[in-house]
Amino acid sequence: MSTNQIIGDVEPPEVQRDSAPEPQAGRTPKMRARDVSVFYSDKQALKDVSIDIHDDRVTAFIGPSGCGKSTFLRTLNRMNDTIPTARVTGHIELDGEDINSPDMDVVQLRARVGMVFQKPNPFPKSIFENVAYGPRIHGLGNTKAELEEIVEKSLKRAGLWDEVKDRLTESGISLSGGQQQRLCIARAIAVDPEVILMDETCSALDPIATAKIEELIHELRGRYAIAIVTHNMQQAARVSQRTAFFHLGEMIEYGKTSEIFTNPTQKRTQDYITGRYG
Amino acid sequence: MRRRYAAERRFRLAGLFAVSLSALFLAFLLTNMAWKGLSGFTHYEAAVPIDFPRSDLVLDPAALKGPDASEIIAGADVEGALSKAASAAFGPGAEEMFGAAAERSLGRQLIRDPELLSRRAVLWLPVGSKIDVAAKQGSDAAAESLVQQLQSKNALRRTVNTDFLTESDATDPSAVGIWGALKGTFLTIMVTMALAFPIGVLAAVYLEEFARRNRWTDAIEVSINNLAAVPSIIFGLLGLAVFLNFMHLPRSAPLVGGLTLALMTMPVIVIASRNAIMSVPPSIRDAALGVGASKMQVVFHHVLPLALPGILTGTIIGMARALGETAPLLMIGMRAFIAAPAQGITDPSSVLPVQIFLWSDEVDRGFVEKTSAAIIVLLLFMLLMNGLAIYLRNRFEQRW
Amino acid sequence: MSLTIALAAVLAIAAIAGWLGFSRASRLRGTAKLHSLPIYHAAYAAMWAALPALMFLAMWSPVQSRLVDQTVLESPEGRALPAFEMQRESILSEAREIASGQRDAGFNPESSTLVPRFAEAENRFATIGGGIAILLALASAVFSLRRTSPQFRARTGVERWLMAVLIAASLIAILTTLGILLSLMFESLRFFKLVPPTEFLFGTQWSPQMALRADQAGSSGAFGSIPLFWGTVFIGAIIAMIVAIPLGLMSAIYLTQYAHPRVRSWMKPILEILAGIPTVVYGYFAALTVAPQVRDLGIALGISSASSESALAAGLVMGIMIIPFISSMADDSIAAVPQAMRDGSLAMGATKSETIRKVVLPAALPGVVGGVLLAVSRAIGETMIVVMAAGLAANLTANPFASVTTVTTQIVQLLTGDQEFDSAKTLAAFALGLALFLITLVLNLIALTVVRRYREAYE
Repeated sequence: MSTNQIIGDVEPPEVQRDSAPEPQAGRTPKMRARDVSVFYSDKQALKDVSIDIHDDRVTAFIGPSGCGKSTFLRTLNRMNDTIPTARVTGHIELDGEDINSPDMDVVQLRARVGMVFQKPNPFPKSIFENVAYGPRIHGLGNTKAELEEIVEKSLKRAGLWDEVKDRLTESGISLSGGQQQRLCIARAIAVDPEVILMDETCSALDPIATAKIEELIHELRGRYAIAIVTHNMQQAARVSQRTAFFHLGEMIEYGKTSEIFTNPTQKRTQDYITGRYG
Repeated sequence: MRRRYAAERRFRLAGLFAVSLSALFLAFLLTNMAWKGLSGFTHYEAAVPIDFPRSDLVLDPAALKGPDASEIIAGADVEGALSKAASAAFGPGAEEMFGAAAERSLGRQLIRDPELLSRRAVLWLPVGSKIDVAAKQGSDAAAESLVQQLQSKNALRRTVNTDFLTESDATDPSAVGIWGALKGTFLTIMVTMALAFPIGVLAAVYLEEFARRNRWTDAIEVSINNLAAVPSIIFGLLGLAVFLNFMHLPRSAPLVGGLTLALMTMPVIVIASRNAIMSVPPSIRDAALGVGASKMQVVFHHVLPLALPGILTGTIIGMARALGETAPLLMIGMRAFIAAPAQGITDPSSVLPVQIFLWSDEVDRGFVEKTSAAIIVLLLFMLLMNGLAIYLRNRFEQRW
Repeated sequence: MSLTIALAAVLAIAAIAGWLGFSRASRLRGTAKLHSLPIYHAAYAAMWAALPALMFLAMWSPVQSRLVDQTVLESPEGRALPAFEMQRESILSEAREIASGQRDAGFNPESSTLVPRFAEAENRFATIGGGIAILLALASAVFSLRRTSPQFRARTGVERWLMAVLIAASLIAILTTLGILLSLMFESLRFFKLVPPTEFLFGTQWSPQMALRADQAGSSGAFGSIPLFWGTVFIGAIIAMIVAIPLGLMSAIYLTQYAHPRVRSWMKPILEILAGIPTVVYGYFAALTVAPQVRDLGIALGISSASSESALAAGLVMGIMIIPFISSMADDSIAAVPQAMRDGSLAMGATKSETIRKVVLPAALPGVVGGVLLAVSRAIGETMIVVMAAGLAANLTANPFASVTTVTTQIVQLLTGDQEFDSAKTLAAFALGLALFLITLVLNLIALTVVRRYREAYE
């Protein structure tokens, strides 16, 4: 008996037929999380999550609000360090290196694992400065010419170059919501990351802007490992190749996107996908 | 029912009355000071003929063209010569009609044109304080009759007293000026700024961005809030005990005054800066961290520039308060009579509020208008600074 | 060599070290990926060169002072000084001032004999201290420059120094409070050795006189501070508050509840201006204009003892100065009362004034009380208005037309003019200051706790 027959009028989301070809099996994952738990003072927000993030592939984290998916995403670039009451246990690796070890420079980590946030947050500086800031402090571009080259490349990859190339000196906050978010993506790209984390990046945007960004994710996938958090199941189905379902701080199921959405193994996953809750 | 509405009306009127009273008082204070003080910016000059060759002024015109001219003039008996010329022109009662201001003016005119010494000339010179007061407000009979005499001879005119702004303190009110006090104020405020601003802002940065909430930081916060409300005279006592008696710094110097006022102003800057920093939204910080900036870089590249308008507004308000302070500076020795402006921050000096205080004690009626005029200058400064702060606040008010 | 030269030398070494660090790191940049930008290597070297040496100089300065004093006292001229501590200290300080050029000559003949000793000792110790500082700077510079390499985390090192600077800045706030307490207590203790605390706290006679030199037939004075505290309270807490509380409160009520927004937009700046006027201007105004009127009023009322320096004149003007404080705190408290409470009362058919009197004000009361306490604290600590408009006579009277003196006036009186620093007279000023500090501290703490608890109730 398939889920369709149980529920009836709620259609499970369509899985894109033209999703990327599967990378070869057995390739080492870019990032690896094992038994990761997060505590805020005494409250446990995340329990024993284990996931692999592969490059060349988009991994989506889905689940109802407050289930810990954003919290988990933030452990991947140690953004939880900024919260004084947060405590992270477990093992997280980037290219085999433990990111929580004292030898790991968190500043370098965040250059290698970039993040785009839910609400677009460009710096109140010029568009050029927004993108150039990261490369400058990391020493990736020292002369004006080098920085201009990096800015152009990043804005092109973020699909924003044509729209702003004549107004690079204008303030970043003068752009529309969708453009601002693409600017933030360009800013993340400019520091030459290996992984890009996107925390509900489209939830504050209109459908057209969202579509543009989803297209962008497709293009970026070839170059970076991407992990997205979304509460929009259709988006997850459209954009990702792997999906992890979170609920109440635990990761319930993780697998190929097509299988999660058509044939989940866990009942809770099924209930969420068919709209029983969430 | 009607009684209740009547009570309502009375209540409302009482409120209006209270508010108008404050406004009226301010208006009264300002007009009172302006009225008494505006005349301090002008003075009366009398035209007096001086027969130089026949006077006792033995001066060499050539020497007056040299660099030591002012010393040579100081050595000559200018006072006596003026006295004789005045009584010759206007009668025996006019012997003391000229004061230090006239002596100074005569000296300047001679230096400008030493050829005067070879002839008889009619010079316009500022009158002494007694005649000045008599001409402006009225005085005893003798002085007033002299004024009338001068007026009838067209020998009296009223001009702007530029010396008031360029000269320093003196014993003769006709010769006083606020330049010494202004320079002292400027030097003191520079020292205060140079210390209170960096310390205040850096302390605020630490407390807002880096400090963990524990007993120590709570203690620091409480002590800063308290320091902002401590009476200013206590800071004067602290300055006296530590800077003068323990560290043996020079008394009455802008350095010490500045140090003392800096300690007093620093808490105000800390509190204003903390509020400004707190109002920078966390999304900016997250964005910078996400790009791989270190915490320090986030603070100095992003948070501080955005908090700067609020910080500057608070700083200007603190500076305005420091500008008007008198009591702590009295404690560190600025009660002396300083006749020459300070050359550097370690020379004894005065500041404008202290100068006002010292002049207010003087008995000579001529000082009343000078004190009020100095108050006008002080109030103008305060208005400027507060206006600047309000302008900054409105211009850069960010709505996140 | 003087300490200033050493200071300049240290700064120069730091600048050179910074420049060297920058050029070395820039050259390395071509060959490998640097952890930190060259500017951080430069800052690292410069900070290590400058900061330890500067801290040493700061610590050395008072030490040098003590050493110099000691050396001078042990010299033959120093041993010839009189044994009476106050006298010896004053001669010593005169000699010190002459030696450093602040003064040309002193009152005591002995001071000029000490001057060469002073100069020589200063020179000797300054050379030692300066030399150590320079060596320290050089050594640190060399050590930090040697660490320049691509993997070297210069930025982390610099940021650690920055953090130390930040913490130091914050500590200055605590140090100031401690400094105030310690210096006041220290001098007050010296005072209490000469005058018993019971006389100070409970005596009602204030006429501070004291023997200056050991040989002077001292007329011992009375140091009872009750009349001073009474004057302070009478002017600041009674008369000023009688003026300020009703006017301030009604202004706040009118501005928040009744006034047209345009009126409010003028009145707020007017009140801010009133708050910003320097107190010396208020004082002059009080002495020049208000006091004569008050005296005339007093005489017209039949009080012949009305003085031209009256408590009423000072109190009136002080009250007006305080109005903006009360008004703004009351404003904040009234605005914090939830609209829902107001609506509830109005919906019952109460008039606006009844709502204010019976609902809003009682609800805002803690905040208003806190504001009043802070205002009292401000009035008590106020100096210039009372110095200029009230008097010097320590009078224990309830007559507002009479002249009274306050704690702050006496502090100014005792410490200005040519006083010998160590006499009981000047030490009494510190005792008064300590009392003033403690009283305002208590008032402030109560006020802040009341206001904070009040805010919590509404959030």
